Amino acid sequence: MTNRSVPTTGDLVAGALKGRRLDVGGFVLVVGLLLALLISMIVLVTLIADMIQQGLPVLAERGWAFVSTPLSPDAHDAGIVQGIMGSLGLMLFVVVIAFPVGVASAIYLEEYAPDTRLTRFIVANVRNLAGVPSIVYGLLGLAIFVKLLGGITGGRTLISGGLTLAILVLPIMIITASEALRAVPMAIREAAFGVGATRWEVIRYQVLPVATPAILTGTVLTIARAFGESAPLLLSGAVLSLFFASPSGATLWDFVAHEKYTALPIIVFNWARQPQKEFVALTAAAIVVLLAILLLVNATAIVLRDRFERRT
Amino acid sequence: MNRIDAQPTSGASDTDRPLVFDVQGLNVFYGDFHAVRDVELPVRQNEITALIGPSGCGKSTVLRSLNRMNDLIPDARVEGQVAYHGVDLYGPEVDPVQVRRHIGMVFQKPNPFPKSIYDNVAFGPKIAGVRSGLDDVVEDSLKRAALWDEVKGKLSESAYALSGGQQQRLCIARAIATRPDVILMDEPASALDPIATLRIEELMFELKEDYTIVVVTHNMQQAARVSDRTAFFTVEVGEDGTRTGVLVEFGDTSTMFTNPSRKETEDYITGRFG
Amino acid sequence: MTTTTPDLTGDPARHRKERRVKMVMLAAGVLTIVVSIAIVLSLLSEAISFLTQIDLGQLWAKGWFPRRGRFDLRTIIVHTLLVTAVAMVVAVPLGMGAATYLSEYAPRTVRRVLKPLLEVLAGIPSVVLGFFALTWITPNVMRRIWEDTELFNMGAAGIAVGILIVPLIASVAEDAMRAVPDALREASYGLGARRRHTTLRVVLPAAISGITAGFILGASRAVGETMIVAIAAGASGGSLLTFKITEGGQTMTGAMASLAIGSDQIAGVGAAFQSLFFVGLLLFVFTLILNVASERVIRRFRERY
Ligand SMILES: Nc1ncnc2c1ncn2[C@@H]1O[C@H](COP(=O)(O)OP(=O)(O)O)[C@@H](O)[C@H]1O
Ligand SMILES: [Mg+2]
Repeated sequence: MTNRSVPTTGDLVAGALKGRRLDVGGFVLVVGLLLALLISMIVLVTLIADMIQQGLPVLAERGWAFVSTPLSPDAHDAGIVQGIMGSLGLMLFVVVIAFPVGVASAIYLEEYAPDTRLTRFIVANVRNLAGVPSIVYGLLGLAIFVKLLGGITGGRTLISGGLTLAILVLPIMIITASEALRAVPMAIREAAFGVGATRWEVIRYQVLPVATPAILTGTVLTIARAFGESAPLLLSGAVLSLFFASPSGATLWDFVAHEKYTALPIIVFNWARQPQKEFVALTAAAIVVLLAILLLVNATAIVLRDRFERRT
Repeated sequence: MNRIDAQPTSGASDTDRPLVFDVQGLNVFYGDFHAVRDVELPVRQNEITALIGPSGCGKSTVLRSLNRMNDLIPDARVEGQVAYHGVDLYGPEVDPVQVRRHIGMVFQKPNPFPKSIYDNVAFGPKIAGVRSGLDDVVEDSLKRAALWDEVKGKLSESAYALSGGQQQRLCIARAIATRPDVILMDEPASALDPIATLRIEELMFELKEDYTIVVVTHNMQQAARVSDRTAFFTVEVGEDGTRTGVLVEFGDTSTMFTNPSRKETEDYITGRFG
Repeated sequence: MTTTTPDLTGDPARHRKERRVKMVMLAAGVLTIVVSIAIVLSLLSEAISFLTQIDLGQLWAKGWFPRRGRFDLRTIIVHTLLVTAVAMVVAVPLGMGAATYLSEYAPRTVRRVLKPLLEVLAGIPSVVLGFFALTWITPNVMRRIWEDTELFNMGAAGIAVGILIVPLIASVAEDAMRAVPDALREASYGLGARRRHTTLRVVLPAAISGITAGFILGASRAVGETMIVAIAAGASGGSLLTFKITEGGQTMTGAMASLAIGSDQIAGVGAAFQSLFFVGLLLFVFTLILNVASERVIRRFRERY
């Protein structure tokens, strides 16, 4: 607008109203943007609905038996208990290894590390590791845990798979834990140092308690991510066959270090490859179980974080 | 000592109490940035020493070098001598953690831990290894901080439920709980309302019976009201635009506020500057 | 009061403990470097051994048939690019639309609901999307458009990969747009600009490097995605070079998966087995370049504000 004449209030109001009424482009844009978001949501809903629709007959017919019986080449008997047990076992490795190592690394990087070249290199390295495709971690597992250290791990066992997954999620653990630590106000650290706490006392008694909810939320999300991983397990030895038997009388240690293992997503993958029609329904049923587990875990984490964020 | 007394301001005080801090030739750098230059500052026992001056002149920097809080800033560097009861605070044998147990600190914004009132006060003694009589320490510290009557029934409640002024007194109680000899306060009332500020000032008066206090303040009246001695800092702008904090004048508060010997001090005190 | 010399020396036991704790934390941090070295070494050693075993001319052969000694890199690289391109065609508009809406238009309450849903989408495992591609996208999307689409085809896989990376692109782009200072928006409104002009001509350009970084990251994820292509794009035996997304074809990851699931090869030695590591190395290098590029772009964007 130029300053040729001063517009009256009436002019301004009219202009504003006119502007609003005529902004068709703006309306189209909003609709377009919303549509993009809605399409993603629709895909999500379609996917879940489709899986339920295809898998429900199996679940309805087999009921609990589907979850509690072992694999079988006969689609009518096949269950996923080995996959569930295997996946739980793998998660144990993730929790026991990646969680403490990840949190410790994050503590080092956020609380101890001086701003040196080594530190910057570690940080950059962690970021890059987080971007390495998961199947490459499978190659690492295959080369190191299955082959090189096969004498210790027992080769294609839960140990190899578990270690592979733990290393896969380690960088993600470090990044989430670092973010959680960074969110702790400096004032809390200063206060603790101010009363004569050592660095570790500051971390242990003041910083970590504040960061714990966020670290735990991140850990839960990371575990969910690991639970759905399959590419690295293909390489680090999960069994990809329509059935395998575990000998009776095997101890827990045998299951970890000697026996074959599989995981729920691996079963999904294997069944998805089968051409027979029955296996399509079976796959969908296994997916429903997998998604139910994951949605539950994810939702818990998201609700947790949401509550945590609102509090602070 | 003489050197400092010989500095600007006239008539030091009556009977000089023992020196707690004797700061000589203190220079602090943040990386390449020279934050304060050549500070000479004596701090005497059971007195309140106020550090005043415009914002950015290095008051906090000087204060933090008295209990080695600057060690926590990665690229901060301290040169010169800070003698504490004759011991060089930056000597090779000295453990900064131990220093902070002797020399407590209260910060500008109340920063209680997100824990109960009790745990806030008990944290210092606990990590110092005190196992028995913690309850007494907590009670005594809260009493000294003039907070006991307000919180005695709710020690297990979150410190965040307290008002800003109460939180700051809690922080003072927390500092007292480690049985320090000196309490450093960095604008302890700047985030508080006038009534809470007044309570903190009264408290400081009571505390100086048992402690030596160094307080940074922005507020001239506050310095005039509470302190025994005042150090006035200002920013010196170099030809290349670098801003370095320098100590302009140090002396008896009453003298300084009634009869400053330096023009800059007078301008600042009378509000013609900063 | 104390006038005696205070003891300011710390307890040596506590010093030792502090040092020990720090060492443990440092060791954990350094472990990540060990992991990187282990990855590079295990990839390199087998990849080099692969290259010494085969006739290098086979890297430019007719198709990718590792068990017949034909290792045509063009085939798997072109297929990887095809799948990635389809994925980007799907993910860029959806992700950008979602991000722009969430950042610039969505009321707080709407955001609160939709954002977590996007994260749920991000949490869908890729095996599931692979199965969805095979059983739903192929019949309901691909065959609707191109009737003669093969059962296993790169198009459906690409679409599914695109869905997989929508949340990633959306969240990086949204962060970039939200990082644009409100002052810029206000300045634009102050000049009488409409909201859409502010969004399209002020916010988007200001956030462009962050958005670009998101695209690069998305592409990197697409290149490295395995299970979807292994299920939906055809992962058995080998494949001939094709440029048609209606046909099946092996990508780099698809080729790796298919080598991995041929159980005769997995434990063994020999060129086919080792080609797995060679392709893995290529993949590692590709994604590393993309990730570093996105870091660079994002760093530049951080410096701006
Ligand atoms: N951590 C730091 N890193 C770099 N510069 C700092 C830091 N803390 C303070 N400074 C700088 O040192 C100077 C003095 O700061 P400070 O001591 O906080 O002043 P005051 O407390 O008098 O306001 C200022 O120019 C400030 O910008
Ligand atoms: Mg200050």
